[in-house]
Amino acid sequence: MTTTTTKKGRFGRFGGQFVPETLMTALQELEEAYDKFKNDEEFQNELNYYLKNYVGRETPLYFAERLTAQFGGAKIYLKREDLNHTGAHKINNALGQALLAKRMGKNKIVAETGAGQHGVATATACALLGMECIVYMGAEDVKRQALNVFRMELLGTKVVGVEKGSATLKDAVNEALRHWVTNIEDTHYILGSAMGPHPFPTIVRDFQRVIGDETRKQILEVENRLPDAVVACIGGGSNSIGMFYPFVEDSDVALYGVEAAGHGIETGKHAAAINGGQTGVLHGAFMYLLQDENGFVQEAHSISAGLDYPGVGPEHCHLHDSGRATYVNITDDEALEGVKLLCKTEGILPALESAHAIAYASKLAKTMSPDEILVICLSGRGDKDVHTISSALGGDLT
Amino acid sequence: MSQLKETILKTTANGDKAFVPYIMAGDGGLDKLQPTILKLQELGVTAIEVGIPFTDPVADGPTIERAGERALAAGTTLRKVVETLQGFVDQVTVPLVAMTYLNPILAYGVEDFARDAKAAGIRGMIIPDMPLEESEIVHPAFKAEGIALVQLVSLASSSERIERLTKASEGFIYAVTVNGITGARQSFADELGEHFKKLQSYTDTPVLAGFGISTPDHVRNFGAICDGVIVGSKIVDSIANDDWVTIEELVKASKVAPVK
Repeated sequence: MTTTTTKKGRFGRFGGQFVPETLMTALQELEEAYDKFKNDEEFQNELNYYLKNYVGRETPLYFAERLTAQFGGAKIYLKREDLNHTGAHKINNALGQALLAKRMGKNKIVAETGAGQHGVATATACALLGMECIVYMGAEDVKRQALNVFRMELLGTKVVGVEKGSATLKDAVNEALRHWVTNIEDTHYILGSAMGPHPFPTIVRDFQRVIGDETRKQILEVENRLPDAVVACIGGGSNSIGMFYPFVEDSDVALYGVEAAGHGIETGKHAAAINGGQTGVLHGAFMYLLQDENGFVQEAHSISAGLDYPGVGPEHCHLHDSGRATYVNITDDEALEGVKLLCKTEGILPALESAHAIAYASKLAKTMSPDEILVICLSGRGDKDVHTISSALGGDLT
Repeated sequence: MSQLKETILKTTANGDKAFVPYIMAGDGGLDKLQPTILKLQELGVTAIEVGIPFTDPVADGPTIERAGERALAAGTTLRKVVETLQGFVDQVTVPLVAMTYLNPILAYGVEDFARDAKAAGIRGMIIPDMPLEESEIVHPAFKAEGIALVQLVSLASSSERIERLTKASEGFIYAVTVNGITGARQSFADELGEHFKKLQSYTDTPVLAGFGISTPDHVRNFGAICDGVIVGSKIVDSIANDDWVTIEELVKASKVAPVK
């Protein structure tokens, strides 16, 4: 099986370019520029220089001994994307696209953000490279992630709260798209997840595959074999596709994507597009989507702002259809247990997003034997979430 | 030739320019749809673009977006709009052009929608998040029902692309006059005259200008360089404010001899 993009950027029946005509030229420009630079040695050297010396790659693949004992099954490794500069995997893509924009002669950047991690990563890349940056963020998320808003502003980025619709990530994407349409000549849109119109799902995956490439190399060095299972959380799906992609052809490696079930899929308050949605078109792509019978997009719900999106990247939709990857869910409450567990057993505070992967791994590991290996993508650190976690656990930090 | 194109050509053959107002179905409640359409038709419009509200209208500016939010709050759906239109289709004498984002059509079912739309007097479709490259999803079903699929042509596109879109567009060519989203504006690029000439050289399908046209002067100025105009935000605002004088002046500006 293959996940290579076909004509018009399709992954099986998913993906495509469902955007206003005004954006088509910009997407074509982007596709041409990306095709030109992705194999350009000088570009790759520049990116790798910053990834190593600025981001701090490669990130460790850490054997979580106490977590392994706690789960009582498979041997657990954590891919420590939380140790990246700015605290999550998002910087891999933000930096890659910012460097690409520079080469395209575009010095202004627009981005959307949910949890604020992609916004912070983009603001950081723009500060580093001397670019102008504007970030759209749902007004709800501005409240939930006040710390990240402040960080972005410190980094010289203009943060615009979006009051429209559900005032979360999907509405921030709408506004970022509008801004891009209106300022196409000098502005590049750094989309933060492996979603949106072609070529974004491919570009984001390629900038994130460093996660899986490193993991593959590291596990071969330590264990001299590939893992039996890999687990990663999914909102739009960038850390997970980055982790999965280098393993897709290795049919013995089981791939698990963990969607956010919020209060539970049966309650309707969730963000599980694959397990709780139907196919449809939003933000440029044909994908699984939370929608009502009229084709109106429904609000997603998750305790984790980064997973709070009603769609999911097209390559994941295809991996689901083909059966290559398995998509499962974890509720808000289970994710909170995941946070507590990782803090207490390993001294690591995971992001609420990543805690979904921890929580699912706790179930999966028990079904595996001690000689099997399970890798969890720890996509980000939880410093940004302490207020949310505290209030969910009944505390009051404010 | 599609009925939509034929109607517009009949208008321009008289020396008039086509005038296509955009309305948001369900803004003020769906009860308002019939009187609004009948009144516009009485004022002498050429066709009417009927907007369907959507939760994520990425191609729309603030005025139409707010109208869409009001329509959604009033419970408007694509299915309800089609049913409402079918209820007074006998009284409608101008072609209707529906403007909706793609997902509501997919949820409705493309073939079912095309059939029901035809019975509702819909003769043309504008789908702002579906570029030509993706149009095979709906085009065969629309074609079977005689519904013209209108393409938007943007200023930002390459000449090769502009030619391809212009030739593919059915009913009329929706020539976007600015880079960006819908909404009223002060000024337009100077090179528009050349642009429209180029579009008209590719096709005998009428070229209509849209996005940002909000005054009788705009209507006259664009009328001088293309086959007519689409007026959106200004009409939506005027209808919401029950200001029919403004609408009448805009329509009049498209006529050769002022209506007495």
